[in-house]
Amino acid sequence: MANADARGISRRRVVKSGLAVAGARIAGPFVMSARAAEAVRIGLDNPLTGPVASLGKNELIGCQMAIDEINARGGVLGRPVELIVEDSTSGDAGTAVMKARKLIDRDKIDFLLGNDNSALALAMAQVSNEKGILHIVPGGHTDAITGSSCNWNVFRVCNTTQMEANAVAAALIEQYGKKSYYITPDYAFGHTLEAAMTKAIAALDGERVGGDLTPLGTVDFSSYLIKAQAANPDVIVFLVPGDDMLNAMKQAVQFGLQNKVHLAGAHQEMEPLEGLPPEARIGVWVMEWYWNQPGVPHVAEFVEATKKRTGRVPTARTWFGYVSVWTCALAAAKANSLKALDMAKALQDFHLPPEIALGPNPAFYCAGQNQLLASLFVGEAQAKGSAPDDFFKVTKVVNGAKVAGTLEESGCKMKWPT
Amino acid sequence: MLLFAPFWMNAIGGYTELATRIVVMGLAAMSLNFLLGFTGVLSFGHAAYFGLGAYGTAMAIKYWAVGSIPAIVLGVIVATIAAMIIGALIIKLRGVYFAMVTIAFGQVFYFIAFRWNAVTGGDDGLTGWRRLPINFGFAELDIVQNDRAFYYFALAIFAVCVAAMAVLLNSPFGRSLIAIRENERRARFLGVPIEFHVWLSFVISCLFVSAAGGLYALLNNFIDPRALRVDLSGNLVIMAVLGGMRSFWGPLIGAAIFVALQDYVSSQTQNWMSVIGLVFVLVVRFFPRGVLGMLRTGAKA
Amino acid sequence: MSQVVLFNVFNGLIVGAFYALMALGLSLILNLSGVINFAHGGFLALGAYLAYTLIPYIGFWGALIVAPPLTAVLGLVIEWLLIRPLYGKDPLYSLLLTFGLAYIFEDVTRLIWGAQSVPFQVPGWLMSSLSSQYFFLTGYRVFMMIIVAAAVGGLFAVLKYTRLGMRIRAGTRDLDTVSTLGVNVRVLRSLNFGIGIYMAGLAGVLAAGLLGLSPTIGANLIMPSFVAIIVGGLGSLLGTLIGGLMIGVASGLAAVYFPSATEAVIYVMMALVLLVRPRGLLGEEGRLH
Repeated sequence: MANADARGISRRRVVKSGLAVAGARIAGPFVMSARAAEAVRIGLDNPLTGPVASLGKNELIGCQMAIDEINARGGVLGRPVELIVEDSTSGDAGTAVMKARKLIDRDKIDFLLGNDNSALALAMAQVSNEKGILHIVPGGHTDAITGSSCNWNVFRVCNTTQMEANAVAAALIEQYGKKSYYITPDYAFGHTLEAAMTKAIAALDGERVGGDLTPLGTVDFSSYLIKAQAANPDVIVFLVPGDDMLNAMKQAVQFGLQNKVHLAGAHQEMEPLEGLPPEARIGVWVMEWYWNQPGVPHVAEFVEATKKRTGRVPTARTWFGYVSVWTCALAAAKANSLKALDMAKALQDFHLPPEIALGPNPAFYCAGQNQLLASLFVGEAQAKGSAPDDFFKVTKVVNGAKVAGTLEESGCKMKWPT
Repeated sequence: MLLFAPFWMNAIGGYTELATRIVVMGLAAMSLNFLLGFTGVLSFGHAAYFGLGAYGTAMAIKYWAVGSIPAIVLGVIVATIAAMIIGALIIKLRGVYFAMVTIAFGQVFYFIAFRWNAVTGGDDGLTGWRRLPINFGFAELDIVQNDRAFYYFALAIFAVCVAAMAVLLNSPFGRSLIAIRENERRARFLGVPIEFHVWLSFVISCLFVSAAGGLYALLNNFIDPRALRVDLSGNLVIMAVLGGMRSFWGPLIGAAIFVALQDYVSSQTQNWMSVIGLVFVLVVRFFPRGVLGMLRTGAKA
Repeated sequence: MSQVVLFNVFNGLIVGAFYALMALGLSLILNLSGVINFAHGGFLALGAYLAYTLIPYIGFWGALIVAPPLTAVLGLVIEWLLIRPLYGKDPLYSLLLTFGLAYIFEDVTRLIWGAQSVPFQVPGWLMSSLSSQYFFLTGYRVFMMIIVAAAVGGLFAVLKYTRLGMRIRAGTRDLDTVSTLGVNVRVLRSLNFGIGIYMAGLAGVLAAGLLGLSPTIGANLIMPSFVAIIVGGLGSLLGTLIGGLMIGVASGLAAVYFPSATEAVIYVMMALVLLVRPRGLLGEEGRLH
């Protein structure tokens, strides 16, 4: 028995070494991959599969559009820029972190972009901070990214939940009434959004008559809707995003609740709106960017360019990706260097040019917090608009800078390397 | 055996994290195989204990600022206690039903990690901590910045656990487990206390998988609830099967192939899920004995 | 407050009926063939998307009639090609295989129909509530109840009164004996699988009217099905039905008293059942192994 084992083990050893060599051969091309030594590299580590795949894919399109434009204008610091895309998957942080490390260590990226998923964004921020790489978060919403967990090298394009809440609260009270009932998704995004909404509404004499925390991925909201209706509010505020919002709205409209109570919410996006049947496209919401902005220069060109590429209008996510990549290029240009520290300093209070900002208000990265303050679009979802993809009627464009809290409120204490 | 490893890892070069991840997953897969391949009992919910080990480790560092090794030990203790309790609950079931229940319990822990926001950080994950350098008293091993040093640290833990597993499997206890795998009824007639042995095997298997979980948390300096999902459980099982369930080292090979493949494919195409799914299907249909299983029969013939 | 409770119980039964439909298909396959069909959610999604694609041509009712059998056909093909060779073997293999299939299904549906949610059109007159007071009784939910009741009733009738049904029931208890009695076990298993998938496809079409239709629609529904089977009892279809209803009602009640625990409550229920009666409420003896 012992002899057989010894032989077995040595055979295994050979096999394992052989496999190892084979593995090295397969991995070989990666290590020695011929990437243009000259190019500036931007690494995108975002979900392209899983529940938020549609958002990640639209951001990717925005990134690609920006890359093409930048290269057409001579690149970054005279060098061509290329985008290296990795699917962070919607799985656990390990994959996203591993991909981030791969991008930084092996592919030698100069910039890191990602992630839509708040947990993954935070995990990646730790990596980028450790390695000193400039990191732009296009669409991860947890306030901590530019709040309690802020870092000098991490910048964020999309809004904080506080900003979204502040933007839409006034509209809700004016149009619908003071008593609100909240349907809140039970995770960080939901909690901060609800806290922000409650605070904003209280400041306007509004009243919270009740609320429910719903598990993420709830398919059936009927029990919550029953409770909500029994509490007799003026408006039911749906803070659930994405597919949860879809289910909730669909069911609420099926129940005919819109005839008894107003239905509204805070955060809204084109992607889930498209999945709603037309009769359920109702309510007051706030979007972070919208394509139909008559009278604002450059927007129409952006919309046309996107339509040519994909056949659909750009969504806020497309714009996030677009801004993220352009921010990298502009930071490098202003700092005249690719060193993260120089670029991060260059981005403090940095204003985006109008053809990137694509909105009526100035868009700039707030100093000390690295949060982009731009425009928020409050409006009503509509079944049909002036154009095929016009699902949202903008009633008010809010200036992000006016609804952002103070630096103290955000909890961000930024530490710069010496 | 393990001495060979560092040489070819270095040859692959600057992507040490992949190697470390393979070692961690390999340990997890081998732990699962203790139960699956050697006792013949399928658990499809091992990610729960992996995750418990990871969270235990992470919380120990975050809230009590302990060193890396004590943190892993704490994680292991938490997970093992859970395994003991759950194991006692489900020990009467077998076969598909056991597997189903392990899936369900896996989800329970995922759910707890997700909801217990204040403690676990909820969906955002547990952040704001990182592995600390190990102080040996006479020297300090910097496993924080130095990726390669961490790899060797992980390898050391791996070696310890694997050695322990080997010792257990070669003992009379281990042999009775194999007897249970081969023919449970006969083992019962021979007087083997089936329930107790299966329970013990389950607990031991979870113990080691939680050590892998602790390493995983240290590797990423991060842990979030998705690490407890049934996807990971399924991946561990496929690694064990892919490498060869009946052999000791098989799961490590399976882990190496699977992790490297997943990394490569997801960089190449957005449709990597189909490829991975296809791997599952192909392995089950055409290579159920796994790589090492095939090689062994090949060598005999 | 009690009105809210009553409403939620009532509504819980409706939702539970839907869970039961999905769980029954899963249970059917599990009981006869010992296969844990992880891809059940994928078949559900497929049924939903097939209906979505067919609606512009044959309308909602046409899709309702056609999509589930189409899904079942696909299920039969997969069963024949991939699952059949695994029957004698360790259940591990079929679990792994269906696990991989679930990945493939999700990816393929995303590839064909896109990652975004798509709007699913249900006839307008079904969409509104039947009464203002019982507003949660929408036409659609009542309709869904009727369909589920019909499907479940049909299933039980088939099992009780037809020869096929009798063979399935016998096979569930002792497949070897059934085989020696001259029944073609292979065909039996295939048909059984086909019926299970038909139910998944039907659940998919119904789900699409209720929820948003995206590639991950099946993923959230599969765990409650598992729990329904475990709670209701292994090997018992009636148990699965009751398990599904219990899940619906438990979630509804939890929504009233512990809103954030609606998910947890079904697992708590499962843990309790396992403690007190490991084979489930209506589980049969000897099904544990």
